[in-house]
Amino acid sequence: MTQTPSPRPAARPQIRNIGIADLTQYRLPVPGVVSILHRASGLLIFLLLPLLLWLFDLSLSSDRSFDRLVAFCEGTPARLVLLALSWALIHHVIAGIRFLLLDLHLGVDKVAARRSAWIVFALSLPLTAIAALFVFGVLG
Amino acid sequence: MSARLRRAPVGAHYGLREWLAQRVTALVLLAFLLLVAGALALGGRHDYQGWAAIFAPQPMKLLTELAFAALCYHAWIGVRDVWMDYIHHTGLRLALLTATILWLLYCLAWSVQILWSV
Repeated sequence: MTQTPSPRPAARPQIRNIGIADLTQYRLPVPGVVSILHRASGLLIFLLLPLLLWLFDLSLSSDRSFDRLVAFCEGTPARLVLLALSWALIHHVIAGIRFLLLDLHLGVDKVAARRSAWIVFALSLPLTAIAALFVFGVLG
Repeated sequence: MSARLRRAPVGAHYGLREWLAQRVTALVLLAFLLLVAGALALGGRHDYQGWAAIFAPQPMKLLTELAFAALCYHAWIGVRDVWMDYIHHTGLRLALLTATILWLLYCLAWSVQILWSV
């Protein structure tokens, strides 16, 4: 059984990936923002893994190294990195839970997916603010 | 094509195992996070003694090492996806994938050393 080949259309639509230059004009929907930040935060945690392990090492080696850890965390550059790390962990975990729920086909339709994306930010940003209070020594 | 042969015989993985592993390791990490948070809340003392006491028992060392292994596997799949999405030069991609594996194995070995020195 053969089909006669249809004549090739003159101009096929070109499917292209989005270019770097288009990124500024591209309005990503909120679930897309949650998704790309999930990726960015994951990559950040991966890149800061040696720092995390070093801090974990200091925290457990001895009471003197624990004191060095506390002193290190009171430096301003360290505080900024710890704040970035706190945000990355908080966003990654909360957005990750949302993705797990989506995998269970919960809240897949557009309205629900947008609402849950907003909920991710509504949780992650205040929690990051609370983490910032700890990182900068206001609390704890 | 025979009805039994549903997959194109290209010899590649189909990603399902990695997809599932990333989700299983995510749940392991979530459970471990709650465990440590619970231990901190119940422990009371927020100093070196209190912190080290959490990781001193052998079962907790093993659970923590399990969580580190889950973290490394989880990170491997995630970072692998990033390289596959954005790095199109085959040689560079292969170098980054290899470096990622070696680096994560290094971190995993380091975590063993940290945990069992307490």
